[in-house]
Amino acid sequence: MNAHYELPLEDAGYSFGFLDEYAKKEVRRCILKAISIPGYQTPYASREMPMGRGFGTGGLQLTLSLIGADDTLKVIDQGSDDSVNAVNLRQFVQLTCPGVEVTEKTQKATLIQSRHRIPEKMLTEQQILVLQVPYPDALVVVEPSEARRKVMHGEADYSRLLVKLYEDVVRFDEITISHRYPTRLNGHYVIDPSPIPRWDVPRLHQSPALVLLGAGREKKIYAVPPYTVAEPLVFDDIAFRVEDFRDANGKRIACRCCGSTVSFLDELIDDAGNVTHQCSDSSYCEEQQETISARKQA
Amino acid sequence: MSNKILSVRGLSRIHGVQCPLCISSTGPEHDTNMCPHCGSVVAAHDVNFDLYRGEILGIIGESGSGKSSTVKTLYFDEAPTAGSATFYDGGMQHDMFALNAAQQRSMRNKRFGMVYQNPHLGLNFQISAGGNIAERLLMSDLKHYGEIRTRAGDLLVRTEVARARMDQNPKTFSGGMQQRVQIAKALATQPPLLFLDEVTTGLDLSVQAAILDLILEIQHELGTAMIVVTHDLGVIRLLAGRTLVMKHGRVIESGLTDQILEDPQHAYTQRLVASAL
Ligand SMILES: Nc1ncnc2c1ncn2[C@@H]1O[C@H](COP(=O)(O)OP(=O)(O)O)[C@@H](O)[C@H]1O
Ligand SMILES: [Mg+2]
Ligand SMILES: [Zn+2]
Repeated sequence: MNAHYELPLEDAGYSFGFLDEYAKKEVRRCILKAISIPGYQTPYASREMPMGRGFGTGGLQLTLSLIGADDTLKVIDQGSDDSVNAVNLRQFVQLTCPGVEVTEKTQKATLIQSRHRIPEKMLTEQQILVLQVPYPDALVVVEPSEARRKVMHGEADYSRLLVKLYEDVVRFDEITISHRYPTRLNGHYVIDPSPIPRWDVPRLHQSPALVLLGAGREKKIYAVPPYTVAEPLVFDDIAFRVEDFRDANGKRIACRCCGSTVSFLDELIDDAGNVTHQCSDSSYCEEQQETISARKQA
Repeated sequence: MSNKILSVRGLSRIHGVQCPLCISSTGPEHDTNMCPHCGSVVAAHDVNFDLYRGEILGIIGESGSGKSSTVKTLYFDEAPTAGSATFYDGGMQHDMFALNAAQQRSMRNKRFGMVYQNPHLGLNFQISAGGNIAERLLMSDLKHYGEIRTRAGDLLVRTEVARARMDQNPKTFSGGMQQRVQIAKALATQPPLLFLDEVTTGLDLSVQAAILDLILEIQHELGTAMIVVTHDLGVIRLLAGRTLVMKHGRVIESGLTDQILEDPQHAYTQRLVASAL
């Protein structure tokens, strides 16, 4: 999006939140349905947005339907508030939602729209997390027909997904899924939790915050309501494992900026080929750094 | 009778629009299964039989006589046009066609097994032989990887497929081996009832004989009741205690296999037996 672009507010009379009130109401009704049936992919009339599908239009429609003038919004992309995609979406909301505050601090936000990450900081009951979803259906890898997938979801028939995990273990001695790990809600529906890393999956379990997932292109909304049982699909004797950030000596790698040894790390390779690691969640990393420098000064 | 496992009454499967004359203008005496008035195909009509625990029932008839249609409805591959089937299991009676889709799926996955002539119908060729068996175990809620491996390996060994081939794709197997994997998969949940549809058709004679032996051994060991569909009198003679003879969608003769072979009543059966001698 062009940063200098301005909506012709006076001419067209765009309403608060860009979407008209009917569109927002429809999305909110779908949200309520999605919350009532955790993990069920609720179809909705995904609108055309002034940006390409695949740039978070599903998440954006959720955000615009939920946001009020007294909300504080945080937008992140792969953990970062500063990536082009996050900046664009944030500017769009600022432009179309007068009065809404924006923040980079996780704990200050009432609404967080994110792509590919859940913030490191534990979310609260007062917050809503909106995740952008490219592929909403976890069964798509084993069943091409949507009609048949619907029946499988209805009957909670996930044996073919488990066969895929079985084949994975046979071939690689472990489950190799790194992102979009199929996750079962309240013992029934299995969701694609969007391309978050495995690291983030346990944070869906019993999350105090409402998590909403929106797929614009596929026109689906689904939800992990607060305090829902969210379990990654596994075998009884093979535990689910998150990413393991250890060096060759088995020592937990620390973030090169804040020194954290408990966060999800991005691997960076400089021109000389040196590998370093840094927190993927930039807001978390900065706060850690601030805490350290404050301690040093004291 | 407490020993009964399956009771089929008035089972019909008709393809097409159907008209009031479909039934009265098809069948052996009209020498066709296609209704001349509306073009519907009466694939099977008014099939009745009982099956007892551990028994092997044969269904024989020429191609197109309705044998597969009959077992497909019982395995829930296709819905019947009319009729009922009662499955006796664990002291309960199940009105099979009155069950909802999820109940039917569960019965099919846990209590029945099917072996098709075409291994592509019974096996997923995208995954390993062991994965195919694992799928059935996972469908019946076994979620322990180690136990799934052990059970799948044991089943393959029992059906005479080397354990070492467990992680290979059945695409690379011979026809006879593919049928063995299908049988292993069908047996995975130790079902009391197995459907076998032309499982040896198209295989070399020696391979056929070995698979038929395996089927008999399984029946003796596990007491599995089976419905064996074939157009081969030799298969019926070897396996089935009782037999239904089908022609143009109707059962024209039924009874003990020995009696049918020695003293066939229907002219068609007489010709069938004579030609096989
Ligand atoms: N889907 C279908 N539509 C129309 N006719 C069918 C269909 N399936 C089977 N039939 C017909 O039903 C009859 C019985 O088929 P089938 O039960 O497969 O015979 P068999 O197994 O004895 O060879 C055949 O005439 C076949 O062509
Ligand atoms: Mg057939
Ligand atoms: Zn007719």
